[in-house]
Amino acid sequence: MTTQEALFNYTLRLGDTNLILAQRLSEWTGHGPFLEEDLALTNIALDITGAAKSLLEYASTIENKGRSADDLAYFRNDRQFFNAQITEQPNGDYAKTIARQAIMDCFDYYFFTELAKSKDETLAGIAQKSIKEVTYHLRHTSSWLERFGDGTEESHNKTQTAINQLWQYTGELFEMTEVDEILLKEGIAVDLNLVKAKWENHMADLLAKCTLIQPENVFMQTGSRKGIHTEHLAFILAEMQALPRMYPDAKW
Amino acid sequence: MKTKEDILSLLSEIPDPEIPVISIIELGVIRDINIIDEVSVTLKITPTYSGCPAMKQIEDDVRKKLTEIGFTNISINTIFSPPWTTDWITAEAKEKLRIYGIAPPEHSTEDKSWLTGKTKNIACPRCKSQNTKLISQFGSTACKALHQCEDCLEPFDYFKCI
Repeated sequence: MTTQEALFNYTLRLGDTNLILAQRLSEWTGHGPFLEEDLALTNIALDITGAAKSLLEYASTIENKGRSADDLAYFRNDRQFFNAQITEQPNGDYAKTIARQAIMDCFDYYFFTELAKSKDETLAGIAQKSIKEVTYHLRHTSSWLERFGDGTEESHNKTQTAINQLWQYTGELFEMTEVDEILLKEGIAVDLNLVKAKWENHMADLLAKCTLIQPENVFMQTGSRKGIHTEHLAFILAEMQALPRMYPDAKW
Repeated sequence: MKTKEDILSLLSEIPDPEIPVISIIELGVIRDINIIDEVSVTLKITPTYSGCPAMKQIEDDVRKKLTEIGFTNISINTIFSPPWTTDWITAEAKEKLRIYGIAPPEHSTEDKSWLTGKTKNIACPRCKSQNTKLISQFGSTACKALHQCEDCLEPFDYFKCI
């Protein structure tokens, strides 16, 4: 694998993770529990869509085969997507959406902090931009997680159930492949072991504050680095890609 | 031949699509102007937020203005670094925001205390009362938060610091 191929794969992975998470979050638009929260989640989805757009545009430039960012988003099948499996998990109730988002915001916070130091100027620039936004996201989702976890018995139980269900998808976030190894040598990729240590510390503190118990000895799901997904991704793509696939020449 | 100052003053006529009381120059999103010859110009533009839907509109408006004064070869590049910050909004523009009813960003982004929640209250842009509360970190657009004044009871947008 050449450095350019690795960089394309790496950028595509980051773009896909942001795209699918944003698509999931935007399902709440117009259905939020109350107006301000609906706006908040939609705003967060918009920031993440923006990051996905920048990343997929960069992936398109690296690949240099005439596939645009839109082509990458709309004309690939589920096995050609590399988003982390946690991002495609259904929204469930609000506790589950917030738990998933807090896990991802915390990951993104430390991931983008490291990526901002990348020798690849475009990735570093996108990371510097995103970290400012993610800081707000993390603050927002952490405050909800605390209110739910340390709230009523019902909200506590729902949030604990969400954490228990989602934890099996967190291991994958830190998996490093040949792609990471190649780019790590070049000073481009992030050392995910470093991010993992910081993420674990932060999550342990956050869960304790929320009176939630961190699941232990969990079997970790894997596969997205190879394009293997849970059953949910294909359904998201079916909805997201329906229009451009039906009318491939449609223009906005 | 047109100078950089000519272009700057021309682009100062373009209002921000979401907040029309300030110009895109006052907002600080135009980062560089490079005049190549009579008909060619290259601009660097940076988004306020990654997903800001106004960026396309701003780009179209810039292109239209530059075409009007004779440029035919216009290249607009989006850059991410250094990332846009509310520190780049001019003091004059901040006052315009306040008069328009949007509380301007109050802290320098260098000051991180607001991130931990130890933030002083944002003054109401209408009655200037400090007795206000945060309703939501996320307001009508990505760049704003929603606050409410406890004295005049009006809700108001706050242009948050990034």
